[in-house]
Amino acid sequence: MNIFVLMKRTFDTEEKILIENGSISEDDAEFIINPYDEYAIEEALQLKEAHGGEVTVVTVGSEESEKELRTALAMGCDKAVLINIEEDLEDGDQFTTAKILYEFLKDKEADIILAGNVAIDGGSGQVGPRLAELLDIPYVTTITNIEIDGKNVKIVRDVEGDSEIIETTLPLLVTAQQGLNEPRYPSLPGIMKAKKKPLEESELDDLDLEEEDVMPKTKTLEIYLPPKKEAGKILQGELQDQVKELVSLLRSEAKVI
Amino acid sequence: MARKVFVLGEIRDQFLRNVSFEALAAGKIISEGGEVVAGLIGENVRTLANDMIYYGADRVVIVEDEKLKYYSPDGYSQAVMAIIDSEKPDAIIFGHTALGKDLSPKIAAKLNAGLISDATAVEIVGGNVVFTRPIYSGKAFEKKIITDGIIFATVRPNNIPPLEKNESRSGEVASISVEIKDLRTIVREVVQNAAEGVDLSEAKVIVAGGRGVKSAEGFEPLKELASVLGGAVGASRGACDANYCDYSLQIGQTGKVVTPDLYIACGISGAIQHLAGMSNSKVIVAINKDPEANIFNVADYGIVGDLFEVVPMLTEEFKKLKIHSS
Repeated sequence: MNIFVLMKRTFDTEEKILIENGSISEDDAEFIINPYDEYAIEEALQLKEAHGGEVTVVTVGSEESEKELRTALAMGCDKAVLINIEEDLEDGDQFTTAKILYEFLKDKEADIILAGNVAIDGGSGQVGPRLAELLDIPYVTTITNIEIDGKNVKIVRDVEGDSEIIETTLPLLVTAQQGLNEPRYPSLPGIMKAKKKPLEESELDDLDLEEEDVMPKTKTLEIYLPPKKEAGKILQGELQDQVKELVSLLRSEAKVI
Repeated sequence: MARKVFVLGEIRDQFLRNVSFEALAAGKIISEGGEVVAGLIGENVRTLANDMIYYGADRVVIVEDEKLKYYSPDGYSQAVMAIIDSEKPDAIIFGHTALGKDLSPKIAAKLNAGLISDATAVEIVGGNVVFTRPIYSGKAFEKKIITDGIIFATVRPNNIPPLEKNESRSGEVASISVEIKDLRTIVREVVQNAAEGVDLSEAKVIVAGGRGVKSAEGFEPLKELASVLGGAVGASRGACDANYCDYSLQIGQTGKVVTPDLYIACGISGAIQHLAGMSNSKVIVAINKDPEANIFNVADYGIVGDLFEVVPMLTEEFKKLKIHSS
């Protein structure tokens, strides 16, 4: 099975967000594999273990994403591909990323492409379905289980807490929801092996793309932090009285009940 | 600039979801006096069309087919594209729901268009349609515009206030026939998990539990409180990881991002990842034994105490209130 995983390097969820000169400051920030993409990587590895084949992890990003790609290799992916857009593009959006991934994947004959259902930074969840549409293959988002039998695929999909049982066929793109699996940690031998695994780098040129082909369709005007919340009122007195006071405050002061 | 805006209504259990009306309100702002055309898609949707008009649509276009009983990306995109082809709107608004999240990128790719997902506000600034959206799960916000082509956005439930329902409004309801074919994904079955009733993303009240809830049974008092308030139950990652509840209830940077009117955090310490998912709620109540818990820093009201004592008392108080007011 020819398996591809789309991966994004994101801020660690522990990080506070700071804004400097109108953009998010990346100084001293820790980066990780987007947590939803980790589920996708784990599932790709399990599919390989069950059905054989090869897992290639792909990212669109900069030189810095090499670290996260190596982590994916250490988890067990066979190959990594970095599509480095740092030099070529000043700005991009989901249209840009999907188009680049399409150009890379269009002749790769992927049986299945896995991705996270959303990245925890931008949070749009667009790239997977956009890419599937460009490749003209079906997709299922927010999956929590997948079984493949030949070309036939049975999927459980999370829909706001309910589960849809879906039947479809390969080739296919799926996006991972929490609960799909428990991602493994890279093992020590895995980390050693990862150093020798192929990490291929390409740029827009190599994909026959010009900057104007992938110009974003959206523009960010401003980034700002939400107003800092003042610490509220800690109620005092007997517990029963506190509860009564709370209910009354919620009615008369906050007016939410 | 007057614009023609296409707003997709969303139906669940034979009713229009609230986000449909919120999307209409966003459509009205964007239209700047132009026209708001609502679309309804499903097996049998005509009876719901008037509600879309009462909430701000000027006209409604419906696509009905038995193959549209369940949502599928192929079926719904064929219906939506048929509406877009016949209406040629300047802007499109969907709800940022499971359906909207799944469908909108496919439509955007078909239209070769930009898409602003998960908008929490929309305004017109100097002729531009400017959307506000959370990034880093609400740790920051951005203002964004579409620079090229059709304006396309999804709006987060519970953020843009709907227009007042006006039953004296009227408008044309037209049906277009579309051949729905070649569905590559088939829904075999929908399993409704638990008796939650109210969906987290649309709930006005959320009662959430953390590690302090201690067990799956520990969620029972929270469920009772939620039920008295007509709300939903949520959880922190800690509670989900400890198997006290299903991951579908998780609120936080991974999990759902929610903005209810009232968020009651029970036994939740307030890790930064959890705060990202709920700190934009309108009013936050924290109940925690530990007076140093971080959750108190974002709470409007706090009670330092054992949730197993406080939550049942609260339930009782709200029950009394209900009896008095009914």
